[in-house]
Amino acid sequence: MDIAGLALFIQTILSATWRLATPMIYASVGEVFTERSGVLNIGLEGFMLLGAFAGFAATFFTNDLALGILSAIACGLLFGLLFAFFTVTIKANQIVVGAAFNLIGLGLTGFLYRAWFINKAQGIKAFGPINIPVLGQIPFLGPILFQHNILVYSTVALVLLAGFVLYKTAFGLAVRSVGEHPSAADTAGLSVTIIRYAGVLIGTTLTALGGAYLTLAHTNQFVEGITTGRGFIALAVVVFGRWSPAGAFWASLLFGLFYALQLRLQAIANITIPYQLLQALPYAMTLLTLILMRGRAISPKALGTPYQKSA
Amino acid sequence: MIAILSPIAAIALALAISAILLLASGYSPARAYSVMWNGAFGDLRTFSEVLIKATPLILIGSGLAVAFRCSIWNIGAEGQFYAGAVGATLMGILVTSLPPALMVPLVLLVGMAFGTLWGMLAGYLRVRFNASEIVTTIMLNYIAIVGTSYLVTGPMIDPAGGKYPQTARIVEAAVLPRFLPPTRLHIGFIIALLMAFLLYLVIFKTSIGYAIRAVGINPEAARYAGIHVERNILLAMAISGGTAGLAGAIEIAGISFRLYQQISPGYGFEGIAVALLANNHPLGVIASGILFGALRSGAEVMQISAKVPSVLVFVIQGLVILCVVAFGLYRTHSYRALRAEKERG
Repeated sequence: MDIAGLALFIQTILSATWRLATPMIYASVGEVFTERSGVLNIGLEGFMLLGAFAGFAATFFTNDLALGILSAIACGLLFGLLFAFFTVTIKANQIVVGAAFNLIGLGLTGFLYRAWFINKAQGIKAFGPINIPVLGQIPFLGPILFQHNILVYSTVALVLLAGFVLYKTAFGLAVRSVGEHPSAADTAGLSVTIIRYAGVLIGTTLTALGGAYLTLAHTNQFVEGITTGRGFIALAVVVFGRWSPAGAFWASLLFGLFYALQLRLQAIANITIPYQLLQALPYAMTLLTLILMRGRAISPKALGTPYQKSA
Repeated sequence: MIAILSPIAAIALALAISAILLLASGYSPARAYSVMWNGAFGDLRTFSEVLIKATPLILIGSGLAVAFRCSIWNIGAEGQFYAGAVGATLMGILVTSLPPALMVPLVLLVGMAFGTLWGMLAGYLRVRFNASEIVTTIMLNYIAIVGTSYLVTGPMIDPAGGKYPQTARIVEAAVLPRFLPPTRLHIGFIIALLMAFLLYLVIFKTSIGYAIRAVGINPEAARYAGIHVERNILLAMAISGGTAGLAGAIEIAGISFRLYQQISPGYGFEGIAVALLANNHPLGVIASGILFGALRSGAEVMQISAKVPSVLVFVIQGLVILCVVAFGLYRTHSYRALRAEKERG
């Protein structure tokens, strides 16, 4: 490969990186809020599927992408309320409830897809790339940074806003204190229940949005199990990003890079690596990063523990 | 009594909610459910298929019940099932000159060992690097699944099968005997029942099981009481990985006789629900495993005869878990109760 070829190869990979990281960014930044409030939602995969389907179905029937996005948000809120009811109000085991939502997400979207869309023309008109004037024309950097769709660009605003809310507002302080020391927060007059509901809903809504990105921007259709483990990887991303929105953003980009590399290498015909080994790359890297994070990843103290007011 | 009635009520409620979904999508719930019922319990042949599907679920579920009692959230039974299937197939192809009396145990034990090791890998990562087993077992699932895909399209592909992505057939001596002809019901089902009973004894009647449960309820208190927490975490992963691996081996030696991609239709994930529905009690897992086997078996018939998508089963399963939770069956076991049990002897 000559220099120009190599530059093009790197450019192709890097321009796909952000696009492929986007669903993980939405889900992991949301899950940062959920986990910082003390609730672990391992049902992200299910929520992502629900958002992907809700967004697709609404857009398919109305031809309106905005309604698709709204529908995904509504779906995230609705099922998020249910998740919060079980984990915060009933104080059920969070992992058990998360596992149930993964099953429901997979089953419900698969069922409705087959019931509503089988034998139908299935594409929608998806979000197209917005080529930013001038910047988009810069060689090399243009395609990498400035030729994406609105949902990709929005991740920057999202992570900045999330960082501001979590670290600079009273609400963010409340979220963090409820996740570290719920009894102290309770004594100080905060409602652990309300704040954890908020943490859960921020997480499920953003995760559903991340799912909608897959059907409304990344592709233009729904496929059963379209998330292929991205919700689960988002859980690892939260750990790797040390429970901060910015950390989750950069960690997602790293995983986006693994995905892009894997797809690109598969596309190169004369390469002799079996494609399955490349497919395993993002998963193997997740394991490796967790090993490298040893001891440095300190989770919120009350993570996973329902809050029980002491009598 | 409540322990038995609550799951039944939970199932009834889950079926009722799913009926609304069926109605809303233009299917007749009465027809769907009656076809499903007949597909599972209609005659001896359909019921034997239910038990065949229940076999891996009982094995996986009873192993996971042990892990969950230790508060080790092994989501990786699917991958451990694949690992076991790979190990069993390797033996069944490579070892050609043993009699069935040696061959069958060899195949099953090697499959179990593969599953154990795959499970303990996640256990090791947890103990040594404090890596969440929830995340690592999920990643190891994907790696096992694409790894199997690699093996059956590459190194282990059937040399006589053209390019078709599957291995050669295992030797006849490795095949599990069937005991209810003309059905396909094989001794793997009996092995699953014995394993569930064995794990029941281990978890409730031995000091090993006591230590596992103590770690699950409160690791700090268990450590203070002189229990080696890390060793019990590894043990919990080894047991749950081993039963899933055994389930994979039994699938190969009892039903499929060769390895191919997607050898598991999601047994590893379903096993989680099976364990939870039984409140992590290995004997209860027998009942919930048969129930889930019936749901799956019936749903396949429902899809063919009533054209209702069989993925509905996942919705029913998820709803069953939520209903069980809502009815408060999934109690957190208290440390005080455990201490009292020990003092009683």
